[in-house]
Amino acid sequence: MRKCSLEKINEIFAAIAKNAALYLPVDRTDGSAAYKKWEEGTVWSNALNTVRSPKDFFFPQTEDLMRFKTKGKTVQLEDIRTEAEAFVVFGVRACDVKSFDILDRVFLTEPADSFYANRRNHGVIVSLACTRPVETCFCKTFGIDPSAPAGDISAWKTESDIFFEANTEKGKALLHTLSELTEECDDGAVAEQKAKINAVMEKLPLKDLSTKGFGGGKTAELFDAPEWDELSSACLGCGTCTFVCPTCQCYDIKDFNTGNGVIRFRCWDSCMYSDFTKMAHGNNRLTQKERFRQRFMHKLVYYPENNDGLFSCVGCGRCLAKCPISMNIVKVMKKIGGNKGE
Amino acid sequence: MQKITREQLIAKASELLSNGTVSQVLGWGKGEFDYDVTPTLFSSAEELENGFVFNDFCGANFSKYLVSKAAKADGKLLVFLKPCDTYSFNQLLTEHRFDREKVYAVGIPCEGMADISKVKAISGDGIASINADGDNLVVTTLYEDAPITIATKDVLAERCINCKSKKHVAYDELMGEEGEVLASNRFDEVARLEAMTADERFAFWQNELSRCIRCNACRDACPACTCEKCVFDNPNSGVENKSPANEFEEKLFHIIRAYHVAGRCTDCGECSRVCPQNIPLHLLNRKFIKDINEFYGEYQAGEEVDSRAPLVNYTTEDLEPGEVFDRGDNNA
Ligand code: SF4
Ligand code: SF4
Ligand code: SF4
Ligand code: SF4
Repeated sequence: MRKCSLEKINEIFAAIAKNAALYLPVDRTDGSAAYKKWEEGTVWSNALNTVRSPKDFFFPQTEDLMRFKTKGKTVQLEDIRTEAEAFVVFGVRACDVKSFDILDRVFLTEPADSFYANRRNHGVIVSLACTRPVETCFCKTFGIDPSAPAGDISAWKTESDIFFEANTEKGKALLHTLSELTEECDDGAVAEQKAKINAVMEKLPLKDLSTKGFGGGKTAELFDAPEWDELSSACLGCGTCTFVCPTCQCYDIKDFNTGNGVIRFRCWDSCMYSDFTKMAHGNNRLTQKERFRQRFMHKLVYYPENNDGLFSCVGCGRCLAKCPISMNIVKVMKKIGGNKGE
Repeated sequence: MQKITREQLIAKASELLSNGTVSQVLGWGKGEFDYDVTPTLFSSAEELENGFVFNDFCGANFSKYLVSKAAKADGKLLVFLKPCDTYSFNQLLTEHRFDREKVYAVGIPCEGMADISKVKAISGDGIASINADGDNLVVTTLYEDAPITIATKDVLAERCINCKSKKHVAYDELMGEEGEVLASNRFDEVARLEAMTADERFAFWQNELSRCIRCNACRDACPACTCEKCVFDNPNSGVENKSPANEFEEKLFHIIRAYHVAGRCTDCGECSRVCPQNIPLHLLNRKFIKDINEFYGEYQAGEEVDSRAPLVNYTTEDLEPGEVFDRGDNNA
């Protein structure tokens, strides 16, 4: 483990930014935080988390996939893929780090998504242990420890210092470039910090939320639960929950006619939208109830069924904070499944 | 604190349910915390007792729900309307968006609703509980040992600070005391933007709209946006788009939407309330309202059912396009 005084944090940032594009949470004019590219003078935010999740770095909201032109009877394809630049995402919370595992299983399973893989290969994740979890946090429900975030490098912040521990080859290589700014240390201060965080975790209102009653094999039992009517009744179908969610992974592929060619691009889609998975025969989910159910069944039943029991929610709380009607996965989990009546 | 209490509202709703006036109640459902209420349908006194809340966080405007919920209700639907909600109610009736016969509207007074992000800015994150106590909110958090007392007036939502009316323009029955139309300062911020140079104004909107994630919450919550299928959602429209391809397109979406609701927007403020990125969308709509007032005389959408909005009503006194054009020049 290595440490550095927080007074020297800008030197750390400058050193990282010398070799790679560095992104970190920054306070915005509206009072919330967002990942921004670091440059001299950028101030690192103290916010617990960003409104948009860091999945944007690997799976951006829109990206062009290819271009083509038709000339007479021939179609000319242009491969527009380029090698991604090297980048470092700094200050990723434990829940969001876990979301990369969930996305990896979707995008890196053969045949791997080369766009995603390209960015994943060139990105280094420096995580950060939480110090002030809030009432909407429930990462523990999914076995995530906010005091021990994963990532290529894990970091802990105390009043005066920042501590780093490399977990992967990529992380070791990055930490090595910071050797002059950091010093070797024992893990006493970090252990103390972990204990503090875990004490706060015990105070969180959602600490007892359990996944019992969910998981693979529960489709028959939960699909027709009568509670879906009431749960989905006020849903606007806006898709805010899916766009702020670090694990939502659905996209649409579309063609944009430029007038003298076609750009094929993809953009995030949302199961909450009326044309989601629309196909030649029409749409297979005609009501908002069915669309709403899809979001939660996917996270709590279908995904774990196909991924060794791994749930595709990390308890980040973004959908709790941002849904215009305050309907969310916690309310769903408390209405159906094993938390009933709690 | 609200002048009308949860208990009074439950008593009223239970009475109307039991005497058969209504078969269902559209109200605020209890959340996980003290501030996250969900619009909910209640069918019995027991359900109301278990799940109905009314507090300083009941900002959601129910009028739009009448479009989908009133059509489905077996009998009449009881809806509680705050003064500002009644304007949306009338506007929807003007546009024939729901059947008035299927709705029983009870007007309730409103002291202004709190904005949870303003509360958190003062108390700090990690809310454990929030309770109203007279003119204050008493907040306990996970991090402070002592409760924090915040004056409710310091954390009111923007639209409530600039409330345009405490008077109900539609109801079957009124609870509590009726208020007055207010002289609000709601156009001050628009005037400040108008006074900017074109470049400054562009930079202002660039900063605000660049945050948009195109979730469409603003549109989906808007009582003036009730098209059954928005062109932007319709794969056959040729202009469907699920996400901003670039910042220019993003601005266009919001400007097109503002044009579409011009003259129909009641300034209810739902768009800004629901935006996850805190974009002050109400300022775009207020600009249109202010211009309409200045060009065609004072007009408040939703004040009366069936009123002719200036933009769809030709009169010989209408100003000439050239005058608008000249004004644009002066603003450049
Ligand atoms: S659950 Fe909430 S955020 Fe998600 S689509 Fe429905 S209203 Fe929007
Ligand atoms: S479903 Fe909600 S809490 Fe779970 S990961 Fe997505 S945004 Fe976070
Ligand atoms: S609610 Fe906000 S973020 Fe969502 S589309 Fe509207 S302006 Fe954009
Ligand atoms: S545009 Fe905004 S203020 Fe106007 S009616 Fe719609 S939600 Fe309300």
